Amino acid sequence: MEELLEILSDLHPEVDFEVEEHLIDDGILDSLDIVNLISEISEEFDVSITAKDIIPENFNSAKALYSLIQDLGEE
Amino acid sequence: MQNHVLKYLNQIVRKKPDKLAYSDGTQSLTFREVYRYSRSIGSYLHRKGIYKKPVVVFMHKSPKEVTAFFGVIAGGCFYVPIDEEMPSGRIQLILDNVQSPLILCDETTAEKAAAFQVKDCQIALYDEIAQTQIDDEALDDIYRRAIDTDPIYIVFTSGSTGIPKGVAACHRSVIDYIEQLSEVLQFNEDTVFGNQTPLYFDACLKELYPTLKFGATTYLIPRNLFSVPVALVEYLNEHKINTVCWVVSALTMISAFGTFQVVKPEHLHTVAFGSEVFPIKQFRLWREALPEAAFTNLYGPTEGTGMCCFYRVDREFAEGEAIPIGRPFPNREILLLTQEGKPAEAGQEGEICIRGTSLTLGYYNDPVRTAEAFVQNPLNTAYPEVIYKTGDIGRYNEAGELVFVSRKDYQIKHMGHRIELGEVEVNVGMVAGVQMTACIYDAKKVKIVLYYVGELSEKELTEALKGRLPRYMIPNKIIRLEQMPFTANGKIDRVTLKNIYEKRG
Repeated sequence: MEELLEILSDLHPEVDFEVEEHLIDDGILDSLDIVNLISEISEEFDVSITAKDIIPENFNSAKALYSLIQDLGEE
Repeated sequence: MQNHVLKYLNQIVRKKPDKLAYSDGTQSLTFREVYRYSRSIGSYLHRKGIYKKPVVVFMHKSPKEVTAFFGVIAGGCFYVPIDEEMPSGRIQLILDNVQSPLILCDETTAEKAAAFQVKDCQIALYDEIAQTQIDDEALDDIYRRAIDTDPIYIVFTSGSTGIPKGVAACHRSVIDYIEQLSEVLQFNEDTVFGNQTPLYFDACLKELYPTLKFGATTYLIPRNLFSVPVALVEYLNEHKINTVCWVVSALTMISAFGTFQVVKPEHLHTVAFGSEVFPIKQFRLWREALPEAAFTNLYGPTEGTGMCCFYRVDREFAEGEAIPIGRPFPNREILLLTQEGKPAEAGQEGEICIRGTSLTLGYYNDPVRTAEAFVQNPLNTAYPEVIYKTGDIGRYNEAGELVFVSRKDYQIKHMGHRIELGEVEVNVGMVAGVQMTACIYDAKKVKIVLYYVGELSEKELTEALKGRLPRYMIPNKIIRLEQMPFTANGKIDRVTLKNIYEKRG
């Protein structure tokens, strides 16, 4: 989780990712952020996120994103 | 001869009054409604005595906003779109430049609009003025008196001095563009557009006006969908969207994550893209997914009204190769000029300059910067003839196709947006506690990288920039330095900065 929060705050230093729960719905993360985020995550965690995973439920909060990474890691 | 853009609307409303013209998925307007409401807005302007003036349209992206644009033109004025995505500092600069007597708002923007400082400027709500009694006589008179070199809109583009430049286009340049573009991309009455670009740039001309010309339909796709590729493609399918003119990054968002293995666009037959290099690997994924579709690369600066050149992809490209920008649309010419103002030799690089009817009128209320970029054609000394110097360097390849090479200055294309790094630097420099600043662009990772020297933390600086710069201009990496590197003659050493950046990995 630490590493993920670091990646996120690197992207948007002004956002408090520990509390934000509508990153996609509120447009805090735009499509470029998503692209950058996915490439950083795949490097850091060695998982591959594909289109079917890129849904608001998985990206709306750091917590949701982290559980996606864990699920993908177990596969 | 057509000399007024609203002729498209006047004709189509008779042929297809009840067809859907514009929709954002929740709100929809037919041609009859677009016609009626725009004439109400025009009548309102007339009643207020607002004529031949810039009218600011500050609305949520919606079919109503599109109708407001046409309403402003119906009143003999020209629209200046601004958007809630723009930071307030930038909006104030735009308002200062245009000195508009009226800001047209909706419920979502009215409060914000009231907070700006503009002398003798009123605020009106779309929903109220769209009910104005239509004054046919006055509108017909305004229509008859229009000249095709009268402006119809001003859109603002990044300026290196920190002050955005307002590019003013007229009926004639827009009509010329719409006619040529429609021919090249073969739009027709069955075209269903999926619009991606914001309405406050000229990019949206591609959908808004051909929709009127042919009685086609445009869906304004909600912005959030561009972050969720599967849902985006499902949206295209649901609305039977068959034509898209998108920035490259919106297309690669879909192809890069295996979306096509889950869902494919079923109706899409025309894909135009532009302003950015399309990575060939991603482009191939698109072609494999849509082998029957026509793919066209478009190129053109706002100053030339929309797009200027096109290249219909008709062969394979190797990875790392750039798709050409091809050749100009009919009725305009590209001059490739050397520094001495001479035509470039075959294969030689030169500045891309545009000649023809599609040139815009110049920068609004800005004769100095207009004179720098809109100049007398150096190859013609016989009579006045203006060309626009794009600042883009190009050359012709062996097949005789124009290829984009680089920029002359610090202008970049980032996520489809045209940005002067100088504008970013000027705005950073204005933040209290920043002493020195320099921007570089990492084209490979698509990142604006900012270096600065100052007391502020990186986080504080980002926060301060949000009120000054549009979101797409906020640097993606902000790095504080103890000292700025300088070259021997005292300029900030951008080469060293690039090296520092690359070493960080």
